[in-house]
Amino acid sequence: MARIDLKSLAHSYFPDPKSDADYALRRMEHVWEDGGAYALLGPSGCGKTTLLNIISGLLTPSEGQVLFDGKDVTKLAPEERNIAQVFQFPVIYDTMTVYENLAFPLRNRGVDPKRVDERVREIAGMLDLTGKLKQKARGLGADEKQTISLGRGLVRDDVSAILFDEPLTVIDPHLKWVLRRKLKEIHNKLRPTMVYVTHDQVEALTFADKVVVMYGGKVVQLGTPQELFENPAHTFVGYFIGSPGMNIMDCNIDDGAAWIDGQRIALTDRHLDAVSKQTGKIELGIRPEFLKLETGDGVSSDNGVAVNITKVEDLGQYKIATTRFGTSDIKVKLGEDAQIIGQSGVLRFAPEWTKLYADSQLVA
Amino acid sequence: MNKITNNKAWFLVLPVFFIVAISAIIPLMTVVNYSVQDIFDPQTRFFVGTEWFEQVLGDRRLHDALIRQIVYTMSVLLIEVPLGIAVALTLPRKGWGVSASMVLLALPLLIPWNVVGTIWQIFGRADIGLGGYVINMLGIDYNYSQNPMDAWVTVLVMDVWHWTSLIVLLCYAGLRSIPDAYYQAAKIDGASNWAVFRFIQLPKMQSVLVIGVLLRFMDSFMIYTEPFVLTGGGPGTATTFLSQFLVTIAVGQFDLGPAAAFSLIYFLIILLVCWVFYTVVMNAGKREEQ
Repeated sequence: MARIDLKSLAHSYFPDPKSDADYALRRMEHVWEDGGAYALLGPSGCGKTTLLNIISGLLTPSEGQVLFDGKDVTKLAPEERNIAQVFQFPVIYDTMTVYENLAFPLRNRGVDPKRVDERVREIAGMLDLTGKLKQKARGLGADEKQTISLGRGLVRDDVSAILFDEPLTVIDPHLKWVLRRKLKEIHNKLRPTMVYVTHDQVEALTFADKVVVMYGGKVVQLGTPQELFENPAHTFVGYFIGSPGMNIMDCNIDDGAAWIDGQRIALTDRHLDAVSKQTGKIELGIRPEFLKLETGDGVSSDNGVAVNITKVEDLGQYKIATTRFGTSDIKVKLGEDAQIIGQSGVLRFAPEWTKLYADSQLVA
Repeated sequence: MNKITNNKAWFLVLPVFFIVAISAIIPLMTVVNYSVQDIFDPQTRFFVGTEWFEQVLGDRRLHDALIRQIVYTMSVLLIEVPLGIAVALTLPRKGWGVSASMVLLALPLLIPWNVVGTIWQIFGRADIGLGGYVINMLGIDYNYSQNPMDAWVTVLVMDVWHWTSLIVLLCYAGLRSIPDAYYQAAKIDGASNWAVFRFIQLPKMQSVLVIGVLLRFMDSFMIYTEPFVLTGGGPGTATTFLSQFLVTIAVGQFDLGPAAAFSLIYFLIILLVCWVFYTVVMNAGKREEQ
């Protein structure tokens, strides 16, 4: 197990990158703690697999260094880095049995046969493969093949890190949930450093202690699931994490408040202080969970914004109301027993959860 | 019960039936017909039963030709298959080298058989042929038209030159179908080059290799044109393989009865070997899956 340092790391697939757009991975500086479970989360093409392959050694970065426990491994081949990796699609050795597949990484390293047997049976037990150990791997279904791939990733107990590249893509939803829990369990028990690439926020948030959100070749935020939810450092994080994502609207700052389409939204002094130094495009963001919608007669629009309610979706445990004022659509998350009367209402913004962004970066 | 039967569909099968009858069944039946009769002229013919078969099976010259043929075909397979795999493994996987090597490899396959024979006939000559001349310069006494061993080796080398490309191309296609992730996973699993070959590349090449071995077996077992042009089956009978021998009987001596009997036996040998080989390999594959 090891701590992973990424030192001014950057990568471009072009031999002579000129602008930022040529970089698949923009310069970054990170320390990932020993024994942590990290998820790399982001949309397709954001560079998360590139970053993973750099850590595993399948790719040599064009700039910067990768350190395992302080030791520079940038130039080392994957087998010299002592890592395990599980790929998106099952990689199994067709002609071997399930047992031989699981034993393969150990036998290649000349591990004592008794120890090999012990480890294989232990991992097979964890992944419910015990009954299938003697079968040829070729005839198994995609689920089982991927489970074997996972097992091969977990079978060595001396690895610096275990890397997962969207490993549950081909698995059906129920088993996906089971396997994710197994991984979490194994992590809690053995504390290996795990890096898990995914584009599924639920997967990332349930698996990881720390989530690394990537967007356009950059790490836009590294934090616990709670931090990502309460304090998105970038509008993309707000939008990508949460269901539905954060409401983000263009706004002007004037007269001690934010103005959206002529409607006044109160801000705190903290907001105003921070935003006064900014020059870029200012946006206001607030999560649907932190908005209040009041409806019915006699609701005063003081300290609130009058809106039209265009749609209410009942999702069982909660309702999502889509409201509209000016050109902005704003989603509000309501309790399942919330009453909505009529077609209009007043939205109240909780100032402590109202976020301001300048050029997509969190200001306050 | 009241199912309407419409036999019109049979008319659609007729053309195929017609073509197959003309191209395969009728000629084959003609051969069967010859093999059980002694024909002096179209009006004078006698039914002789299995006599020709007995005569041919007891013929020492046939035994010799069969043994020669088996040794030759085995040598062809033992050289071309490993060599083909080895070459396929060293071919480039991307870049301009791919198309360049494809063209180079395909060249021998595009040359007609008798031209291949002619090329090697000249190439191997000690007086004007580059190959023969160089070998003699090196102090090795080489003359394929007089020394039986030299002739045999020349025919073998010619076949290797002509047909190894086929195995290479088939294996290369098999290798290209392996996703990169397999190689990456093997690297991370710490697999040696041998293990990568044994557990990833070879299993993926298995099905194309079966086809390759079958094709090379059939072709080399029926080889005729190249030795005919190169050595004419000689010196002596050193390169008289089954086809050469058959032609000697059928065309040279005009013994159509024994020749027909021999053809049928020849045909059955090839059919039997291919069937056994194919069944064994395919069953081995199935057993593993269970």
